Amino acid sequence: MARRLMEGSEAIAEAMVAAGCRFFAGYPMTPFTEILERMAEFLPPADGVCMNAESELEAIGMAWGAAATGARAATGSTGQGLALMQESISEMCTARIPLVVINMGRGQGDYFQATRGGGHGDYRTPVLAPSTVAEAVELVPLAFELADTWRNPVLIYGDYYLGHTSQAVETPEMVEGAVAKPWALDGTSGGSGHAKLLSSLGEAKQRDGVGYDLAEHLERAGVATLEMAAGVEPRCDVGHCDDADLVVVAFGTIGRFVRWVVKELRSEGHRVGYVRPITLFPFPADAVRQAAVGARSVAVYENNLGQMIDDVRLSLLGSCPVEFIGGLSMDSSGFGVGPEIDAPKIRARILAELERVETT
Amino acid sequence: MSETELVGQRVVLRTDRRPDDATLVDDFTPDLVDVGAHHLCPGCGEPIAIRSAVECIADLGAVERTISVFGIGCYTAFSNNLDLEVLQALHGRAPSLATGVKRMRPDALVLTVQGDGDMVNEGLQEVLHAAARGENITCILLNNGVFGETGGHITATTVLGQRTKNTLDGRDAERDGYPILIGDLIASMGGAAYVARGAVNDAGNVARTRRMLAAAFDTQERGEGFSFVEILTMCPTGWFIETQEAPDYLADVIAGTHQIGVLKGGDR
Repeated sequence: MARRLMEGSEAIAEAMVAAGCRFFAGYPMTPFTEILERMAEFLPPADGVCMNAESELEAIGMAWGAAATGARAATGSTGQGLALMQESISEMCTARIPLVVINMGRGQGDYFQATRGGGHGDYRTPVLAPSTVAEAVELVPLAFELADTWRNPVLIYGDYYLGHTSQAVETPEMVEGAVAKPWALDGTSGGSGHAKLLSSLGEAKQRDGVGYDLAEHLERAGVATLEMAAGVEPRCDVGHCDDADLVVVAFGTIGRFVRWVVKELRSEGHRVGYVRPITLFPFPADAVRQAAVGARSVAVYENNLGQMIDDVRLSLLGSCPVEFIGGLSMDSSGFGVGPEIDAPKIRARILAELERVETT
Repeated sequence: MSETELVGQRVVLRTDRRPDDATLVDDFTPDLVDVGAHHLCPGCGEPIAIRSAVECIADLGAVERTISVFGIGCYTAFSNNLDLEVLQALHGRAPSLATGVKRMRPDALVLTVQGDGDMVNEGLQEVLHAAARGENITCILLNNGVFGETGGHITATTVLGQRTKNTLDGRDAERDGYPILIGDLIASMGGAAYVARGAVNDAGNVARTRRMLAAAFDTQERGEGFSFVEILTMCPTGWFIETQEAPDYLADVIAGTHQIGVLKGGDR
């Protein structure tokens, strides 16, 4: 298989097209913009459609319409644009329509937005957080597969580093969507007596003596959500945790830095390990708990004020002390490229925590 | 007269059963409307408008390739009893969904059904952008000048002087601003190929509105761009008038501001 030097945004866009995505709509916003540029370049030759939507609201609306026809569809933005899309994301969960949302965040301050969401109702969205371009290429087809399988929007949560880092990666492989979509609209069921209905209010027709019954529909959508939460396999990257005194948990770009620093500290004899959650929802709670067995402390490093730390605490259920060693690090642009996102500085924070743990 | 009852000091119009002096003229159910009964108020104009649209689709022979996108309002009651494929949208967002549908299924006849609260309040930018793009879809507006589903509140199309639940003394320009004449606004846009404003307050206007709907669908079928039919509909409940007064109220009050006619394209 060919390896090529590709920028993250280009690789993600190419992986989406290879995964069968044939509709994309977006609104420019740093650091998401290059994904939109690349989709506008790659989709038309693949007989796909890329729309320059007039707003994020319309971008996700267009993708919703395309997805309703059974096409693999995607949209994306950064946290601010995702904030505008929340109503549609949650409603699409209730309407059970698959979608992939590329969320190129600024820093990691949108962890709660990604994993909890700001939309209405009883919904969840699987969230995949790649730390490298190669991993993003691997997770893109998984995102479409999960979306189709569970009929639910799926988020890929990256950042400025992921979008703008160039890395030699395998050319994304073409994959076919394997999930049949008997619910998809093409018009042909019109006049049959049972024309299809794709709605967040229910799919039962009045003709069948039912009609919209939100109690019934929301309950059914809730069951589907719980099945999805239980059925999506949590993923994480775990290293050096077996005899670790300190386990450091970090995701995405920060997780990549932490992994490098932990390997360096290990080679120097320090008893430190790492867990890098790849699925932020479902959170790899069992793996975190397992990694912390025998550890004296679990340290969480995020480029925010501490959000994922809640999930780490919920995973450990008090079985191990949890310390926050991260913090917000931004440059003046606010794009999440801060001075603290630097291996020597992260190393210093981990070492300080390790010393604290080993001397108390 | 409709039947009334005294509740406390108030005379209340009963809407839960047919008035004693009313007679059933016909129980005809159009082919594509699955059930005869709907739960909209007596005198509502929306069922006539929707029936007109589905009959035009049948006349066109497009039943097996139609995808309709519904907004949120009283008319949403029809999204689950049509024998046409329906995609339910969020309040205000039907035109963007219809865009995605049409781009992936260019051979389908794609229409939206929205009310004035849905289209002109919540999602105004959506319909304007779809029109400006010349999106090859047909958007239908059911305009009664009130939020009917919540009980008759002011919308962006409520005409000056019109009483609503939260403008009891009538819409006042100084306090509440002016109504948006959405059909005229869309007619001024480059991508709009056919724009018309009809009404369903009498048989003549229903027939004229059906011709407008047919012309709009033809526009889409010929691939000429965005088509738009605004239909003025009665809402006696939200207008706080007797059911049988609503058609005249529409003609005298609503259509005085939102004037009926073909605004762009077609045979005027």
